[in-house]
Amino acid sequence: MDMNAYLSMFIDESNDHLQSLNENLLRLESSPEDVGIVQVIFRSAHTLKGMSATMGFEDLASLTHEMENVLDLVRNQKLAMDGFIFDTLFKSLDALESMVQDIVNGGSGKADVTAIVANLKAIVKGDYGASGQASQSAGASGVQGESRTALDEFQTSVLLQSIEAGLSVFHAVVTIREDCLLKAARAYMVFDFLERSGEVVKSHPSVQDIEQEKFDRSFTVFTISSMGEDELRKGIETVSEIESAEVSVLDRETLLQVGAAPAASPPPAVAAVPAAPAPEVPQEASSAAGASRAQTAAASAAPAAAAGSVPRTIRVDIERLDALMNLFSELLIDRVRLEQLASEVRRSDLTETVEHMTRVSGDLQNIVLKLRMVPVESVFNRFPRMVRDLAKSLNKKVELVITGAETELDRTVIDEIGDPLVHLLRNSLDHGVEPAQDRAAAGKPETGVVHLRAFHSGNHVFIEIEDDGRGINREKVKQIAVKNGVVTESEAAKLTVDEINMLLFAPGFSTADKISDISGRGVGLDVVKSKISSLGGHISVDSVPGQGTKFSIQLPLTLSIISAMLIKLGSEKYTIPLSSIVETGILQRSHIRKIHGNRMIDFRGSLIPLLSLKQVLDNDSFQEELETETEIVVIRKGDKLGAVTVDEFIGQSDIVLKTLGGYLTNIQAISGAAILGDGQVALIVDPNALIK
Amino acid sequence: MGEELKVIVFGLADEEYGIEVDKVRTIERMSPITRVPKTLPFIKGVINLRGVVLPVIDLRGRFGLPESEPTDHSRIIVVAAGGLEVGFIVDTANDVIDLDSDAIETPPEVVGGVKAKYLHGVARLAGDRLLIMLNLSEVLNKNEIIQLEQQEV
Repeated sequence: MDMNAYLSMFIDESNDHLQSLNENLLRLESSPEDVGIVQVIFRSAHTLKGMSATMGFEDLASLTHEMENVLDLVRNQKLAMDGFIFDTLFKSLDALESMVQDIVNGGSGKADVTAIVANLKAIVKGDYGASGQASQSAGASGVQGESRTALDEFQTSVLLQSIEAGLSVFHAVVTIREDCLLKAARAYMVFDFLERSGEVVKSHPSVQDIEQEKFDRSFTVFTISSMGEDELRKGIETVSEIESAEVSVLDRETLLQVGAAPAASPPPAVAAVPAAPAPEVPQEASSAAGASRAQTAAASAAPAAAAGSVPRTIRVDIERLDALMNLFSELLIDRVRLEQLASEVRRSDLTETVEHMTRVSGDLQNIVLKLRMVPVESVFNRFPRMVRDLAKSLNKKVELVITGAETELDRTVIDEIGDPLVHLLRNSLDHGVEPAQDRAAAGKPETGVVHLRAFHSGNHVFIEIEDDGRGINREKVKQIAVKNGVVTESEAAKLTVDEINMLLFAPGFSTADKISDISGRGVGLDVVKSKISSLGGHISVDSVPGQGTKFSIQLPLTLSIISAMLIKLGSEKYTIPLSSIVETGILQRSHIRKIHGNRMIDFRGSLIPLLSLKQVLDNDSFQEELETETEIVVIRKGDKLGAVTVDEFIGQSDIVLKTLGGYLTNIQAISGAAILGDGQVALIVDPNALIK
Repeated sequence: MGEELKVIVFGLADEEYGIEVDKVRTIERMSPITRVPKTLPFIKGVINLRGVVLPVIDLRGRFGLPESEPTDHSRIIVVAAGGLEVGFIVDTANDVIDLDSDAIETPPEVVGGVKAKYLHGVARLAGDRLLIMLNLSEVLNKNEIIQLEQQEV
């Protein structure tokens, strides 16, 4: 059988499990007594082990196996978590991550993990009061003999509660075809299907036995599902090489019968996957279940809601999504062209058709854009772990508070924003938050708090990193800037607070007294700034000495399609993004004032600078001087306003953003290009570059 | 015998130049060019090549030759090298020839007009034709362009 077909699925799911392991281990670190979290961790590790074994990645499987042994002791309260165990488990996760990465890069996922394995084994054997070497198989076989009951008390209560909550509980007997080569893989696919539509509460033979192909041709499962009986059966039968699936709905009585009469259908040994020790299930129940190892081989504390309606999703290759986006943008260009033609031809039926098409493609545009939106969570979720490790290596106490992780951003931005955020967080931890004793001396709590926030505002997404540390030492920043030749001494004396803060982003700037591992290697915040500008966003910094520093990043919601104002300058056309336009208007030349040689205009009671777009763009085809009144566009950058003079307004249009390619980079005042309805290229004016 | 090379032949100010065919994406007729402000004089702007915005360079200007108005024979040769995709405006482009790589000689010390470092070599063809083989990575070298910009400032 060709395993490659499953490889990408394996990689995706392994990454999901590793992420969940990381997150939950962190949660456990803050509340080490919570057995529920251990159950979740155990289950993730277990699934990962099964998947790796099925795919033939032995090293991965054996390392997760050792982790499982440790977790199992913890779960059974035979072992209390401590710093050493946490560190070893985190190291194991790192090793697993690099193995999976190796597989992604086409490797075999092999790695030398003897040191970690030795540590894990030492924990199991060691003087932690473990009641013996509870190896998986020994435990499993021990139970096999004694447990003759089909469902234990705990499983029965989970199922009963599900029935009472109005969910459907099924009993399914799945038979695999006789000529099937990889029974375990097929069984895995059945389990995978069942778990996507609900939760498997129990299976016979045990999940482990099934994974090791220790079953004949059929196996039995109890499952809670959101699907109907027929749907479930068909779903199972669509897995290839499945001969039949007998699915029956269980109600309260049949369930109790099955539970009481083990001989009925489900034969001896049991493995349970009590997916949802629902909140109301008492803690004793879950630890009681945990006491018999094989029964809870894959126990978990996934949210109870999982058993209810599961959002139906598919994974789509991002390249296909990009292809869809490109095709759609071609369509959009044609639509604009059609609109133009229709307005020239003036035939009502043509106009109506084009209008209809405009509406349909507008809806289509919304959907396509939404497809590309990803919660920023996928970037944020790697930070808790990073902050933990960093704080440890810096010997500081830091709490990371994440808010707004559900905020959605365009996939392209998500892919790019990770590194700048890593940099800023490191900066906050290294330069911002003080060591515990300094904090205590300053009358602050010993633990520093770093907030990572994301939120929507208008057409932008903001990401903020705020620490309650010592703030920016402006005098020192000035000194270093002068020393490094960023500014001269006389310039430095005149700088405003904001300007001094922005010096941090100057190329080659570093305030670190000594070069540390974490930051201050010369490549610093200037790289962050240029990355964010290349994404069409900008960054600002706010700092109160002694109270903390806040970095604020403003990003465009999407990078692909924007609404823009089309304007004309003589023979050339340009577009200005609508999101930064405040308003447009007509201005008498006589109303332009000159202050210090700069042209200013009065806009709603305040003076704002007036720039000539003709001059900014070196355009000779527009005779601006000859006009007695001029069209202006008032633009905004953050809370600063400015105005530019243009020749003519053409109108508003949805445009598809295109880059100018790798050859033309950093063109002043131009952020990209758009293809207009007539096939011509119009450059996009970058309003952020116009306002200083 | 060396390797067989397929070469696109194009004309520029009475001389014949060659680019390996695998570096050439397509050859296009002239199309409307949108000027990009604040760029070097030989960067003529960008064109829409089937939905992709592509920078175009006047190769005469790039080599410091006198620029001329495009004619019916003018073509845009789209090349891709080193991750960059760029169009070259040339006077003519109408031939593809096979070339033995042994026939390419290192350029003589002084080659009229064009700086020797843009040249990968000179190929001697039948009928005493000389074909100047371009060194694309030098022609597209951005570091040098940055220097040029600084000189202009």
